[in-house]
Amino acid sequence: MSIARVNRLSPYMFMAPAMVIMAIALLYPLGYMIWGSFRDWNPSQSIGEAEFVGLKNYITLWNDPNFRESIGVTLRFAFFVVSIEMVLGVGLALLLDRDIRGMSVLRTMFILPMMIAPVVVGLMWRYMYHPTIGTFNRFLESIGLPKVDWLGDYALTSIIIADIWQWTPFIFILSLAALQSLPRSALEAARIDGATPWQQIWHIKLPLMMPVLIVTGLLRLIDAFKVLEVILVMTNGGPGLSTEILALRISRTATEFRELGVAAAMSNYLLILLLLLTVAMFAFTRIQEARAARVRAAAEEAS
Amino acid sequence: MPAIRLDRLVKRYGDVEVLHGIELEMADNEFTVLVGPSGCGKSTTLRMIAGLEDVSDGEIYIDDQPVKHLEPKDRNLAMVFQDYALYPHMNVAQNISFALRLAKRPKAEIDAKVREVAGLVGLTDFLERKPGALSGGQRQRVAMARALAKDSGIFLFDEPLSNLDAKLRGQMRAELALMSQQVEKNMIYVTHDQIEAMTLADRIVVMHGGYIQQQGTPEELFKRPANKFVAGFLGMPPMNFLDGDIVEESGAAFVAGDGFKLRLPEAKAAAAKAHGARAVTLGLRPSDLSYAEDAPADAALELHVQVSEYVGAQSVLLCQCGASTVTVEMNSETPMAMGETLTFAANPDRIHLFDRQTEAAI
Repeated sequence: MSIARVNRLSPYMFMAPAMVIMAIALLYPLGYMIWGSFRDWNPSQSIGEAEFVGLKNYITLWNDPNFRESIGVTLRFAFFVVSIEMVLGVGLALLLDRDIRGMSVLRTMFILPMMIAPVVVGLMWRYMYHPTIGTFNRFLESIGLPKVDWLGDYALTSIIIADIWQWTPFIFILSLAALQSLPRSALEAARIDGATPWQQIWHIKLPLMMPVLIVTGLLRLIDAFKVLEVILVMTNGGPGLSTEILALRISRTATEFRELGVAAAMSNYLLILLLLLTVAMFAFTRIQEARAARVRAAAEEAS
Repeated sequence: MPAIRLDRLVKRYGDVEVLHGIELEMADNEFTVLVGPSGCGKSTTLRMIAGLEDVSDGEIYIDDQPVKHLEPKDRNLAMVFQDYALYPHMNVAQNISFALRLAKRPKAEIDAKVREVAGLVGLTDFLERKPGALSGGQRQRVAMARALAKDSGIFLFDEPLSNLDAKLRGQMRAELALMSQQVEKNMIYVTHDQIEAMTLADRIVVMHGGYIQQQGTPEELFKRPANKFVAGFLGMPPMNFLDGDIVEESGAAFVAGDGFKLRLPEAKAAAAKAHGARAVTLGLRPSDLSYAEDAPADAALELHVQVSEYVGAQSVLLCQCGASTVTVEMNSETPMAMGETLTFAANPDRIHLFDRQTEAAI
């Protein structure tokens, strides 16, 4: 082998260990799942013994009203949690972006919910929502209002509230970081130009935070599609299918119904959905970068 | 145009007082430059006038109205920032018109105003560009245009040229001087650059350590500095300072120190006598020394020439006088040999004396 060739290959040699680990840890399970999704496969069989059924699992799912209902629940859940969390998180950040005494303690307290394990959050909220001994109903009772069947009639609303409680801080801290990195002098210029605090937010702060907000929103959206533990603990998908989001349905199909092939196909549908979102996110950053590059080129030309 | 008056203005950060009772009056249509080294309180003073910093004590009057408690937007002023402070997401036209749009002026009026000020600063071809697509000088013009569009009576500049490269800075300085003649506004300009101060100002206010050291026209401050700090701060290259003592011999007064003994002109001698201090600092500007081989010994310095810095028509000589370094500014055409000891006449009318203890001018 010539030296030039060795030189050309050396980067790949250095990358090889990482590639091997990635292949084993990422590509192999992923391939396994895709391969499995084409088979009628139950947990007592090895994947080789399972019968190959082609696209049958995908077609069955596509026509299955329960699966569609599950996707609907997932989309509704994701839409409401992300939009409400964005409004609350950004609003809190705008409120708390100032120097008052004890603010650092307050900020730390605000991000506490995010640090709690999702299972614990689920248990906690389940007890608070409990129809007779739960905090909320006891409170309603004490002020003479009728009880609410939180995890029954309003199950989806209740899990949305719990998710908002846990994940608003995520948007809050990212928004706060974005706010604090805004150019101070531009805000001072806006004050001199006559902008009221509301106008400063609307015309200066929000537009300048927008790139961070879009990425934050997408990250939350992707996460919201995959939430499992909190709902599993709180409602286990019920009553009926009213809170059975996709991740939960996948887990039940695999464990309760023992249909690994169908579960794998469902995972792939979810994967495709998330892939689309991720591609959208990357496309957004690419467009941003391209615009920045164009602006830089124009600036160099001008100077 | 409104007059501004600062009445015993004090600024404290916690226990640290950074401005100690600033008293200042700025008349109509005056271009006032606050100048001083970093940390002297000049920017803080400006930001207090703008309303961006709280006033710890004292009061600011604009047209005899106290404005300390007013928001910046209610003080009817415009400001140009050191880093331009443009709104990065708006194009040039939107940047310029922001204040007018907030004030809900009619669209036709806004458009006309944008075109007018953009023409004034030479930005007509760039109205659609975002600030990111402009060069430093152009951004600075946008900042000026934005301030001009507001039609406010007071114009504040916070080191507006210090982010530009040297050549552009000179050019923008000239344009600014031109603009200040065209628009009738009360301008307050903060800088640490004494050349900007000298060239632009109707009146210079020299600040140091949170106090006003001296105020007056550039010429007054250059020719009659009130103390050693002002004398050393204004003028480039800076004034030479040599420690010496006042001695009287046969009816004449001399200032004598390490390696020199200069006769004082009568007016200076009388002033020194009246003042009474013996220990003084002699101040001589580099341009007030000239090469003169046959100058009498009591009107000249013997200088050992060490380095010559050629800067074009002028050269700056770094020389040794006793233990101190003395700079001399002279015509580059004068033949000069390094390493020799030569005689330089000191212009007797331009001798400055400072009390060595108080540093006040004598």
